[in-house]
Amino acid sequence: MKVVIIGATKGIGRSVARILAERGDSLFVLGRNGDELARTKQDLEARRSSLSVGAAHCDLLDVSTIGPALDEADRALGGFDTVVVTAGLFGTQEEIENDADLRDRVLQANFVGTIQFCEAAKALLLSRGGGRLCVLSSVAGEKARKPVVIYGATKAGLTAYLNGLDARHYADGLRVVVVKPGFVRTTMTANLPEPPFAGDVEPVARDIVKAIDRESSEIYTPWIWRWVMTAVRMLPRGFMRKAKF
Amino acid sequence: MIELSGWGRHPRVWAEEVKSESLERITEAASLSRGLGRSYGDSSLPAREGATVANSTAADRLISFDESTGLVRAEAGFPLFELVRHFLPRGWFTPVTPGTQFVTVGGMVASDVHGKNHHVEGCFGEHVTALKMRLADGRIVEVTDESEPDLFRATLGGMGLTGHILEVSFRLQRVPSPWIYGESEQVPNFETLIERLREASHDWPYTVSWVDSVRTHGDVGRGILMKGRWAEPHEAPSHAPEIRRSVAVPFDFPRWALAPWSMRLFNYAYFHKHGAGVHRGIEHPQDFFYPLDFVRQWNRVYGPDGFVQYQAVVPVAQDPGVARRFFDVLTRAEVGSFLTVVKDCGPEGRGTLSFPRPGISIACDIPMRGDATQRLVDALNAVVVSAGGRIYLTKDSLTRREDYERMDPRLERFREVRRKWDPEMRIKSAQSVRVFGDSAE
Repeated sequence: MKVVIIGATKGIGRSVARILAERGDSLFVLGRNGDELARTKQDLEARRSSLSVGAAHCDLLDVSTIGPALDEADRALGGFDTVVVTAGLFGTQEEIENDADLRDRVLQANFVGTIQFCEAAKALLLSRGGGRLCVLSSVAGEKARKPVVIYGATKAGLTAYLNGLDARHYADGLRVVVVKPGFVRTTMTANLPEPPFAGDVEPVARDIVKAIDRESSEIYTPWIWRWVMTAVRMLPRGFMRKAKF
Repeated sequence: MIELSGWGRHPRVWAEEVKSESLERITEAASLSRGLGRSYGDSSLPAREGATVANSTAADRLISFDESTGLVRAEAGFPLFELVRHFLPRGWFTPVTPGTQFVTVGGMVASDVHGKNHHVEGCFGEHVTALKMRLADGRIVEVTDESEPDLFRATLGGMGLTGHILEVSFRLQRVPSPWIYGESEQVPNFETLIERLREASHDWPYTVSWVDSVRTHGDVGRGILMKGRWAEPHEAPSHAPEIRRSVAVPFDFPRWALAPWSMRLFNYAYFHKHGAGVHRGIEHPQDFFYPLDFVRQWNRVYGPDGFVQYQAVVPVAQDPGVARRFFDVLTRAEVGSFLTVVKDCGPEGRGTLSFPRPGISIACDIPMRGDATQRLVDALNAVVVSAGGRIYLTKDSLTRREDYERMDPRLERFREVRRKWDPEMRIKSAQSVRVFGDSAE
């Protein structure tokens, strides 16, 4: 595969990129911090003999960076066939309410920026008959809950957008892979109380790579979260008003 | 705040643990760095409740690897299990490995870990070529044996007290195949064991032994001697060893499960399961180096009170009776050792406070039973002091300051280096308060 990935400097994206690099896929990494990007490129290149990984600046908070970054990736890879989006921002509702700037950045990066990025990537993929677009949404978008009012809303919106893309462009050869991670132990969640069924980064990353290979339209990872959310979705409004989670 | 403990789950301290991909950022305000928390006692715990500790495990990137020389550089949180998983199939292995792969390279430096091949390769620190560190004054510097020998050597085995380790450069070793050729045999008593260990060290790069330390009559110190080397390509299976999946201990065992009867049963079964003959053949590298890693959270077997691992090295050449005295104390104590591992050590390395020195290293797992365990550790320390031996700080949680000071005359040298690089003593741990007498505030 020829893969462009945004979000590979950290967490789940870092692990996905390593699996792809080690097994021999061609990679181009995008990110907003130049130093972090350079270090991630080094890490990936050390994992396979004579592997060369491209890197370019791209920031979901700045739409003007998206087009040039994707064009550069496209040239370097000789036309990518797979796009992976693991970038995103997180804030608990409490943090977001105390920090209007964080609120706007979460809204912008997770919803507007991610959609702008996907639209640009989609156009390039469709121009050559399709390809895979794998995007990390979240189980937080499945049910409105107190601690993730705004974060959950961005992910709910993102999931709706991705489902729409699938409906509109499946026949054109676009394969949208919607990933809904449950609670995964990363630096993003390090300060949150850990619920049952928490997962680790590496198995989650393996699930994601498997989903891309199989072109699964939707996965929950760890898998048990599909059933956890099936139950949670049925909880009535009155219960959610009282619930703490 | 989170409750932190070492692998022995005693003691426990509430701390602010910060974790980030950027070690440079989180070490700015931290009083100590910690990795995977596999030191047994209080080495990776903060000096006082609520102090900030930087967790390095998200900083796990490789920075470079030179296939012609084996020189690798990685961030401090890069874990050994990743190194094994990634580099062993490529024909490379760490020159020195401890008995678990769930450690970070930063931790391997801070503990200056040793392994079954100490008599050949020395400690891990012998293979470290450079360190990137954040010093107590906030500066970030590249430290080598040439640029700052005092700081470099004090950091090898310095328990993270000389500064935060950010990156480590070290040399990997080429292996002829990713498999181990091993031999093992029963040994009837302690005297024979020491002799056989010494003999084996001439011919085998890896040697270790397990000793039945529960048996109080008959042949004290009977055990099993294990030897190994990397298999040559013609002996080894043609496929790479499959990386082992582990199973977890799902709950804390109750206190009564670890009693003299169960220890005796386990040790008896372990000895007799092997049988009288010599076993030889190809072994999976993870089974050979990391037999306990197969069971995740095996420390739960010791119940909610946790346990102490006591490891000391005693110079048997100068004091041949010391091993017997050590075992007399151990076998007569109210609390016994579930699992006892003995190996011989080679010459002292360059780390200022590194644990190994020529002699016999004895490691025992002792359940934490309050005062009884403290009394046993005190008694074992008295034997070690009398013979001129010393303990391994990475395992320790109960040694008293006065005992430690009697064991290690190198401590003054280490203190000098710390005073020079950290005059305000900003970097410290619960262990440095207990054993070195740092102030907790």
